[in-house]
Amino acid sequence: MKIHEYQAKEILRQYGVPVPKGRVIQTAEEAKRVSEEIGTEPVVLKAQIHAGGRGKGGGVRVVRNLSEVEKVAREMIGMTLVTPQTGPKGKVVRKVLIEERVEIKEELYLGVVIDRAKASPVIMASREGGIEIEKVAAESPEKIVKEWIDPSIGLRPFQVNKIGYGLGFGPVEVGKLRPIITGLFNAFHEKDCLLAEINPLILTKNGEFIALDAKMNFDDNGLFRHKEIVVLRDLHEEDPLEIEASKYNLNYIKLNGNVGCMVNGAGLAMATMDIIKVFGAEPANFLDVGGGATVEMVKNGFKILMSDPDVKVVFINIFGGILRCDTLAKGVTEAVREVKVKVPIVVRLEGTNVEEGRKILNDSGLNFTVAAGMYEGAQKVVEALKKVGA
Amino acid sequence: MSILVDENTRVLVQGITGNEGMFHTRQMVEYGTRIVAGVTPGKGGQKVDGIPVFNTVSEAVRETEANASAIFVPPAFAADAILEAADANIPLIVCLTEGIPTLDMIKVKEYLRKKNVNLIGPNTPGIISPGKCKIGVMAGYIHRQGPVGIMSRSGTLTYEVVDQLTKKGIGQSTCVGIGGDQIIGLDYVDLLRLFEKDPETRALIMIGEIGGIAEEEAAKFIEKEIRKPVVAFIAGLTAPPGRRMGHAGAIISGGKGTAQEKMEALEKAGVRVVKNPALVGEEMAKIIEN
Repeated sequence: MKIHEYQAKEILRQYGVPVPKGRVIQTAEEAKRVSEEIGTEPVVLKAQIHAGGRGKGGGVRVVRNLSEVEKVAREMIGMTLVTPQTGPKGKVVRKVLIEERVEIKEELYLGVVIDRAKASPVIMASREGGIEIEKVAAESPEKIVKEWIDPSIGLRPFQVNKIGYGLGFGPVEVGKLRPIITGLFNAFHEKDCLLAEINPLILTKNGEFIALDAKMNFDDNGLFRHKEIVVLRDLHEEDPLEIEASKYNLNYIKLNGNVGCMVNGAGLAMATMDIIKVFGAEPANFLDVGGGATVEMVKNGFKILMSDPDVKVVFINIFGGILRCDTLAKGVTEAVREVKVKVPIVVRLEGTNVEEGRKILNDSGLNFTVAAGMYEGAQKVVEALKKVGA
Repeated sequence: MSILVDENTRVLVQGITGNEGMFHTRQMVEYGTRIVAGVTPGKGGQKVDGIPVFNTVSEAVRETEANASAIFVPPAFAADAILEAADANIPLIVCLTEGIPTLDMIKVKEYLRKKNVNLIGPNTPGIISPGKCKIGVMAGYIHRQGPVGIMSRSGTLTYEVVDQLTKKGIGQSTCVGIGGDQIIGLDYVDLLRLFEKDPETRALIMIGEIGGIAEEEAAKFIEKEIRKPVVAFIAGLTAPPGRRMGHAGAIISGGKGTAQEKMEALEKAGVRVVKNPALVGEEMAKIIEN
């Protein structure tokens, strides 16, 4: 799960990380009052969307005169912000963070992620801040200091020293970095994060470190023990169909093609998208109805697929295994009747009683094309697309 | 022969009294797996289809000499269940549970380093040596005994590939689901090492997907150490970056972990990479029939 910058900064502040003075607003009318509370000129207005690169699309504005702050806020709230990370459609700005502007002497990077290969959290720090750490890692890996954290002993003071002195700072700066590195790691660890990042962490002209931007991604599997994080979810940032699907516990991701896919299991669902592509068509979505693929899940899956106007053909690929195909086939026909599916459907079912299952589909009088395997299924999808002229 | 499990494996089921645990215990017994015990704290002394239930794993091991565990325990308690099995020195632990917090698994992995035990999963369909032993949730009947070893991060996609093989009359020595999470127990390299030594296994299939670098690590290992032919399929060529594709571990992050990179690494290592998932069985048939 992702959260906004202002929310991440609030969490980090609670963990002792210095952040700029600021507050989030949702209406332009609040802008002036909030700026006056902050009490400095100029202020910075930052659009709050779940995507980076905001500066490039006009999502970060410096306002030198407080008399203009309401006007700028009005321009920003409601605007569609397009950044390199939002995709061409962009995202609507609903909240703006107003902050004091701090004088930057140097920009650093500080982040915690999980190193999958080493099965350990790793703290990464670099004096090349403000840009994507992946770029630094690719172009000049020697400029990144890394410390892996042994889960049984946690982050140790000597490791903070290794990071601070490793970056080339002296004792005074290392002393100031200590609570920031420790705070960031503790937040990462205690809140079940997959990523916690301060980029940039800035060194001000007064010699203080401040988290100028912050990003936190949480482990969905850990959310059950973090009610305080769950409430931070912003549904405006998610695709409406994806939200609908998540209510049914379906894994759904909207894509750009026109073949609606319904598959059981994540790996087979990806492979189904891939084979559609091999045959020259494009998947409209990723949809995993779960390895078990119950009739209820299939019904809900249809509801989601039929809400997407891009879907011209549906490809159902269910490898039931233990599941009985006759039960599944009955479920699929019921679902098609109930949801009133109007586009051609290609079905590939596999599992116990597969012959009975295919017979139920063929005899249903509904618009099914039954395929014997994935290969034939993908072929028939492409034929069906041609027939509907897509 | 086969790897990790065979007809002598004595299995205990943690969470045997739950819905999933009980259903799959019956399926496993029906397949011929020797289920010798169940564990559910507080239900010691009961029986499930005649299988004795114990309060703790160590008690179950003492009484039944179980040497493998299947874990069907909800995500919030699954990490503890793995630790309990490891504490009892059960040599093979198969954790089927999906949804264990990543940081819990990091602690589990650290503890397992001190123990001489193997973990399969979590978030796996399990392991099967056809005709001998099945510990997991896969359909037994789609498998048949034979010369191909399979390693995979996916469940149903593995069934798909197994089905392709079996329909061509090609059997499997052992099929292992390594799990779809970010932090898992045995990985491709561990299994490659075992399969290379297994006399029954003549060829290997590796089913990978986007996310992480496990396939790249496997490619390096295959180039150096593996003499047996390997066929691979990597799912997610059409997956968008930055999105988690169902499995917790299936995500392209920071431009890393793409299917393209993995395919290239494997091809460079001499692996036959198949781009069409429906043709994995056919590619293997070319090897086996030669």
